[in-house]
Amino acid sequence: MPTIPATDNLVEVENVNFAYDTRQILKGVNLNIRRGQVVAIMGLSGCGKTTLLRLIGGALRPTQGEVRVAGKAVAKLSHEERFALRRRMGMLFQFGALFTDMSCFDNVAFQMREHTDLPEELIHDLVLMKLEAVGLRGAHHLMPSELSGGMARRVALARTTALDPMLIMYDEPFAGLDPLSMGVIVALIRRLNDALGATSIIVTHDVAEALQLVDYVYFMSDGVIVAPGTPDELRASDKPFVHQFVYGETDGPMPFHYPADDYARDLYATDAA
Amino acid sequence: MSGMTDFLENLGARVTGAVHRLGFASRFLLLTLRNSGLCFRRFSLVVREMYFAGVLSLIIILVSGLFVGMVLGLQGYDTLVRYGSSSALGVLVALSLVRELGPVVAGLLFASRAGSAITAEIGLMKVTEQLAAMEMMAVDPISRVIAPRFWAGVISMPLLAAMFSAMGVFGGYLVGVRMIGVDEGSFWSQMQAAVDFQEDILNGVIKSVVFGVAVSWIAVFEGYDAPPTAEGVSRATTRTVVTSSLTILALDFMLTAFMFRGD
Repeated sequence: MPTIPATDNLVEVENVNFAYDTRQILKGVNLNIRRGQVVAIMGLSGCGKTTLLRLIGGALRPTQGEVRVAGKAVAKLSHEERFALRRRMGMLFQFGALFTDMSCFDNVAFQMREHTDLPEELIHDLVLMKLEAVGLRGAHHLMPSELSGGMARRVALARTTALDPMLIMYDEPFAGLDPLSMGVIVALIRRLNDALGATSIIVTHDVAEALQLVDYVYFMSDGVIVAPGTPDELRASDKPFVHQFVYGETDGPMPFHYPADDYARDLYATDAA
Repeated sequence: MSGMTDFLENLGARVTGAVHRLGFASRFLLLTLRNSGLCFRRFSLVVREMYFAGVLSLIIILVSGLFVGMVLGLQGYDTLVRYGSSSALGVLVALSLVRELGPVVAGLLFASRAGSAITAEIGLMKVTEQLAAMEMMAVDPISRVIAPRFWAGVISMPLLAAMFSAMGVFGGYLVGVRMIGVDEGSFWSQMQAAVDFQEDILNGVIKSVVFGVAVSWIAVFEGYDAPPTAEGVSRATTRTVVTSSLTILALDFMLTAFMFRGD
């Protein structure tokens, strides 16, 4: 049996295909994510970014190919092994996904109470430290419904890092935030990644924020990686797709229109009928 | 001709769809039962849900029980007095309540008060990705969210039905004895003599447990299975109330047919 070479990669995605029923979402994706880095996966809405995150987290299985996290093929793990792996991962959902029936404190304490036997006094201190790191120690008693969108995202970030994960995944962390909250989240992602010695994957289409924050970028389009590179390489890229995306131009290889029948024929169709 | 074919095709699709869904719901119930260990190791999870499903349903259950009992007192007296047997009012009120009205009406109220709330809550947790987030935190939502709500419903239902019946008997007493003036002694003594523990009370409790399982199962399944949209959750909530109500009435007929054969 060939031995797997010791690599510096925490996440390895090898020739992954994925389809929902007959709709092909991913068509042979290859990418590696090195330990300690903050990596962005960027692309238009619906290009398969979030599906890729779900495959890495083991919520979906690839129809072909393999996703390895810390050397283990995620899809081949048993239920227990997958849950054991997930205890070392954190995922920040698009709108935070805080538990609405619990206070901020209990939200952050949730995993500590579920997965550890730590005494309540210690949990109390740990939770306040996690909330302090996102600047919301003073809001620990509030319910999620009392928080603004940006605050909820920060509490969710504190909850995501509750058990000091080795891998943090962010699903559209900047969506729907005001510029101030956005700046705070950008700074926090980098700070938490470096402080925890973690590895981060950000799925986003907010180009400006992502490029200033990350070490490496994978551009996705239509289910494949079209352009990998560092932020500087991508800014300087002369590929029309990357250029259009980075500079947000409406004119370029990505069509503005959803595929449709001939325009004139569509318009006259009712007259003829 | 094609109209007929369409009709048959449609009917067939609906039937296979319904059977498929029932099978899916049954597997979901098995999964819930298999993942119930956590609930009983940490019973506080169930107690918390019993507060929401049971304690918060108390007011509607108690008030309805009182009124149903009072109406039984009025109607029962009106009929019994024609045959000169108004002293049997206590028996009529008590038997109607513990055998039928207690479990059935409490079940219907429980379905619309607590069942709908459970479905809406679980559905919204799904919409806001709370269940997915829990799963990503390596906590199984079936054991942590679904099973406690299921068991809380199963435990609460018979208790609520018992309180409904007790309150109904009290309502019948208020109207029959206090208002109309039926003899208090015969009201209670005939009731004690005629109501059999096993035949009447135990059978009533069995009914309410069965209804508890049915309503809780339907409520958690509809919530978990709801499409993650506003429309999906609202439809699921409606379906919980409609399906549980019909299920309660159908089950009640079947259970009654088995339990009380007039011997």
